[in-house]
Amino acid sequence: MNDLGSIINALNQALPGRATVIRIARTNEIHCRVDPTAVRDLFAALSRTCGAELVLMVGNDRREDRGGFEIHYLFAHRRENWFVDAAVPAPAEDPRIVSLGTLCYPASRFEREIFDLFGVVPAGHPDPRPLVRHGFWPKDYFPLRKDAGPRTFSDDGRPFPFQEVGGEGIYEIPVGPVHAGVIEPGHFRFSVVGETIIDMKARFYFTHKGTEKLFEGRRPQEGVELAERISGDTTVGHTLAFCQAIESLSGVAVPPRARYLRVVLLELERLYNHVADFGMIANDTGFAFAHSHCFRIRERLLRLNKRASGSRLLRGSLIPGGVVQDLPRDFDLAGEVESALADFQEIVEITLANRMVTDRLEGTGQLTARTARDHGVVGFVGRASGIDTDARRDHPFAAYGELKFKVPVLESGDVKARTLVRVAEARESARLIRQALERLPAGPLSVPLNACPPFEPAFSVVEGWRGAIVHWLMADAAGKLYRVKIMDPSFVNWHSLSYALLKNIVPDFPLCNKSYNQSYSGNDL
Amino acid sequence: MSAWFVEIFQVVFVVALAPGLVGLIRWIKARLQSRLGAPPGQPYRELGKLFHKEAVVSKNASWIFRFAPYAVSASTLAIAFLVPVLVVPRRLDMVGDLFVVVYLLLLGTFWLALAGLDPGSAFGGMGSSREVTVAALAEPTTATAIFSLALGAGSTNLGAIVAAALNDPWTVLTPGHLLAFAALFIVAIAETGRLPVDNPSTHLELTMIHEAMILEYSGRYLALLEWAAWLKLFVFLSLLANLFFPWGIATTLTPGALSWAIVTLLVKLALLAVVIAVMETRVAKLRLFRVPELLTASFVLALLAITSSFLLR
Repeated sequence: MNDLGSIINALNQALPGRATVIRIARTNEIHCRVDPTAVRDLFAALSRTCGAELVLMVGNDRREDRGGFEIHYLFAHRRENWFVDAAVPAPAEDPRIVSLGTLCYPASRFEREIFDLFGVVPAGHPDPRPLVRHGFWPKDYFPLRKDAGPRTFSDDGRPFPFQEVGGEGIYEIPVGPVHAGVIEPGHFRFSVVGETIIDMKARFYFTHKGTEKLFEGRRPQEGVELAERISGDTTVGHTLAFCQAIESLSGVAVPPRARYLRVVLLELERLYNHVADFGMIANDTGFAFAHSHCFRIRERLLRLNKRASGSRLLRGSLIPGGVVQDLPRDFDLAGEVESALADFQEIVEITLANRMVTDRLEGTGQLTARTARDHGVVGFVGRASGIDTDARRDHPFAAYGELKFKVPVLESGDVKARTLVRVAEARESARLIRQALERLPAGPLSVPLNACPPFEPAFSVVEGWRGAIVHWLMADAAGKLYRVKIMDPSFVNWHSLSYALLKNIVPDFPLCNKSYNQSYSGNDL
Repeated sequence: MSAWFVEIFQVVFVVALAPGLVGLIRWIKARLQSRLGAPPGQPYRELGKLFHKEAVVSKNASWIFRFAPYAVSASTLAIAFLVPVLVVPRRLDMVGDLFVVVYLLLLGTFWLALAGLDPGSAFGGMGSSREVTVAALAEPTTATAIFSLALGAGSTNLGAIVAAALNDPWTVLTPGHLLAFAALFIVAIAETGRLPVDNPSTHLELTMIHEAMILEYSGRYLALLEWAAWLKLFVFLSLLANLFFPWGIATTLTPGALSWAIVTLLVKLALLAVVIAVMETRVAKLRLFRVPELLTASFVLALLAITSSFLLR
């Protein structure tokens, strides 16, 4: 166990004189400024000496008040509850940073994202292809810079630089971005021998909406309706992460009743998504029976959501400082949830007793623990590959520190493991809802916010149903949002799908993809 | 009643009822999954809709793409003329026997596979490659299984086989007959694109076989291809019904015998529809590379059928 003192010592030892303004904030956060030349040493010190991982990199345009760009590196330990936020400056003219791409795979993707959105060059990057950049954007257009206004776009006519696989008998299957089902757009390019997949490259960002930019200039309370719509199936997850970051920034403590109600809301969201996806996975094996029943149970849960919060998708239930409304009286929510869960368990039993279904799930789309760790995979995808992380336990928020629950972890990393982890999590969700409602303390539902201190970074991690959601934000001198960085688990998880697919056959791709079920909207932002 | 009138009537009957049979299977399946389901008449509405819609054809498609729907539906229609559905013996028994039926089926598959390849889309090519794999494995089973029945009846003529079974009902319970039924049932599932070989209700292009080949079709072309596929299912099921449970089929051309034949056939088809719907609800789709194992098993059954028919003759 590292304490904050030993981490600061490690920083001072590894970066003598190059890590400045080191300070502790909110009991478990270390904030510091790091010299641009010391980025690789910073990464080495925190990852090797302290065992932390790079969770997020945030680009920030501070040219107006600081005369340059600023890149924040957010580190967290997987099991210990502390964070390090290191700010690295980059000049306004010809901005560049030292790339971590050869040390850390997630960093290489954050750096590509930051280049496409801010034009900050990652020097020494091993793979500087565009990530977010749409083919239509002009070369000098970096949309998250403060001075980037509306521009007229036209097709640059060049194809997207996909990795090509050559050789006799190898052919490409392009799929998407428009699909047969009612799903979001994404382009998948398979290189195939016969039916066996030897490579798959995905291209996203067709639904890039400028979500992060839309937050800028809003008052903190006005960010909620936007946060609710970052990814339609993760309303509570994203809104909670946003509200907690605001609360952390403004230094308010949420009243206990609101903290417990937030647990209930987050678990309701997890439950309906897990139930629906179990049905979808079964449907992709052709077992439509489980699909129609899981959708019936999902509908049951959505109606419970409506009774509990007034919205089937749990919208409009959270505000910075607490929750909007109490649960209605004379409503046995825990009992209703348990009865829906029992219904679900029966369908699960029937489905998994079917040898033809399990034959499709077993050994399909295997993601090894090594690949998962290298990609920084989070959430149930990681837990199915033996990566034992859960922000509810490791970085407790809301009332999770006071409640008992298990974190299911499996080793095999195949579609079956991902499915079983979610079935087990659904059970834990029902237990958590029961516990939270039984211990529900009396008291107010929300507290007013204090003024947000200007240009101070704040962040929050929430374990949404897909995995750890991170919101990082900063307010300006007027107390309005200056920069909001959102990380949906999809950003790190999507990419590992190509590795899980290797040596699988083409007709098994939809099943692997469904077992991941990542968000396009949350990834593309 | 004129013998020729009966021949024409049979084809009209089969063509008219084929969409209803598929609708019935879909409706039973929906009921088994606790869904309300579309009424069994829904496929007729789908056909009506498709015939009124514009047919969009890719610029890259050649004449093969336009011709294939006609070739496929014509070959399936020809089978509808040759298979004993309501009456034995028939005038058209002279025109074609079981070998003609098997290769007419393959002719349709051949044109469909070409049409899948023709517009050059990735999904069509994938569907064609899979369909040809399945067809190559299913074809010998069909021929062998029916041949084992022919061995018992002493003729490859389908009408004669049915008539022979009708004269001596106990042959239906011989091992050769039972094994051949199992083999033909599996082949019927594979050839008509039902679960667990192919999923007729999926929207996932990458997993499709039959649907992938017709993915580029629209309007009247799609209507013809859908109708032909339903017709194929109807013919396969009537063949199963009449070869193995021939009771009720008319042997004279009196109106009474014909009405009784229609009633018994409808009952038999409804029973088979229930069997297929129950099976499709209980199974999942096989992993593609397990399909050859299933078809090999069906071929072994057919081989055993023909061996036992030969030995017990």
